[in-house]
Amino acid sequence: MSDEARRRSWWEALRRLLPLAPAFAFLLVFFVYPLLRMIGLSLEAPGGPLDYYAAIVRSPLYMTVLGLTFRTALGVTVVCVLLGVPTAYVLARTRGPVRSVLLVAVVLPFLTSILIRTYAWMAILGRNGVVNQLLLAAGVVASPLPLMHNAFGVYVGMTHVLLPFMILPVYSVLTGIDASLLRAAQSLGASPARTLRTVVLPLALPGIASGAMLVFLIAIGFYITPAILGGPREIMISNLIEVQVVELLNWGFGAALAFVLLVATTGLMVVFDRFLGLDRLTV
Amino acid sequence: MHAGLVIVAVSTLVFLVAPLFIVLPLSFSASPYLEFPPSGFSLQWYGRYFASSGWTAATLLSVEVALGTTALALLLGIPAAFGLVRAEFRGKGLLVAFFMAPIIVPYIITAIAVYFLFAHAGLVGTRVGLLTAHTLLAVPKVVIIVAAALKGFDRTLERASLSLGAGPLVTFRRVTYPVIRPAVVTAGLFAFLTSFDELILSMFITGPTAVTLPKRMWDAVRLEIDPTIAAASSLIIAVAVFVLVSTELLRRRSASIRIPMG
Repeated sequence: MSDEARRRSWWEALRRLLPLAPAFAFLLVFFVYPLLRMIGLSLEAPGGPLDYYAAIVRSPLYMTVLGLTFRTALGVTVVCVLLGVPTAYVLARTRGPVRSVLLVAVVLPFLTSILIRTYAWMAILGRNGVVNQLLLAAGVVASPLPLMHNAFGVYVGMTHVLLPFMILPVYSVLTGIDASLLRAAQSLGASPARTLRTVVLPLALPGIASGAMLVFLIAIGFYITPAILGGPREIMISNLIEVQVVELLNWGFGAALAFVLLVATTGLMVVFDRFLGLDRLTV
Repeated sequence: MHAGLVIVAVSTLVFLVAPLFIVLPLSFSASPYLEFPPSGFSLQWYGRYFASSGWTAATLLSVEVALGTTALALLLGIPAAFGLVRAEFRGKGLLVAFFMAPIIVPYIITAIAVYFLFAHAGLVGTRVGLLTAHTLLAVPKVVIIVAAALKGFDRTLERASLSLGAGPLVTFRRVTYPVIRPAVVTAGLFAFLTSFDELILSMFITGPTAVTLPKRMWDAVRLEIDPTIAAASSLIIAVAVFVLVSTELLRRRSASIRIPMG
């Protein structure tokens, strides 16, 4: 390539990347830079750069909360798979207006703020909530059941928020399955159950896996639902970070906790990308 | 279809929409407590909502910030989507991940990182602070939506326009934009909703001086728990339904435009 041509291809590449520049610069200044500052702050402990991190590892409280965060996220993911996959399957098998109505039922909560939904669950699960009043009126229980301010409330609230993230990817994979494959399986004598198990599920597996990873990733960072529907024992790592920063004004320590969460999330993201391909999901 | 599957699916869908149908009747309750079914009909909570300067000021601020966020996020996100879809270069996957990062990283991390910076820069409790933080979360969504539309865009249309003598600007205005317009409108609506609903970043940066509607609701949920929140929630749900319906209508209209062409 001549110098002239090389310069021109350089210029061409630059011109093509130019539209990315404003958004790139914006994210650099208001996203990357603050994160780097935060990491810097986490290393400014009075006793030495890694003191905050040592304190996290040494403290039974923080390790317990980290463990609880991952356990809760995993539990909610399992519930979302168990409820979401059958729902996506039924959704994909419906047609016309029925499908539109059912899809709205999935997307409408998706568009409603987490705060409102959590508030609604307070009204449903509270001591004088809908469920308890029905149970009391029916004579099933003698006194109200504790349905919130405990792990049950957190599971219900989180599952409600995260289910659409499970249903929508699985649904889109299922609707993309070539119908002739199903006809082939059936004409070769497979029962509907067998077709489901040996043809549909294996083809839907990438969608199920990406939905589950998405749910798990979002679940790890949950803040609002555990703060409202959980009790003192259902604290998740995000709640702990908020307490450190806002109430105890312990910025450095909060920053260290946030960095631990960031590393965990990024690690999972890389695994996610390796196995499923992130760009296939988004752009 | 297996009956068991249908039962699981129907119960799941009921589970998903039930809370939204609980909030609405609660907002018309005559009782001062959270009670269901409500013991009578009244508009008192809507009255309380509109009479309280705390609630209305928060709502107005939220609308204002959400409109600003929409404009800024579209301005940054649309060109970025063009760049990502139309340029081929090494490390593109990485750059895509970079643009998605603000909505993948747990919000609490972004929230405290931005809070530390804004506290330092005197932006806590300001509109500019809120606008900037919300735009951070809205840009990735605009990029996703517009990029998806651009991927399906037939570039021979642009080449035809250029070869027929239209300049790049005219081609964009007369050919490219009309085709991606529904995606741009959808992206704008999502950007608006992102800001209008945002709580976690706002919790840190609203301070006492710039309280948004979600922050006001958060305080109310934690402290007061009276049905004024239900009234506010119902109004927000109405906005969400409006967004959903207009997006769907737009999608249909663009579909019906495309059919005769292709």
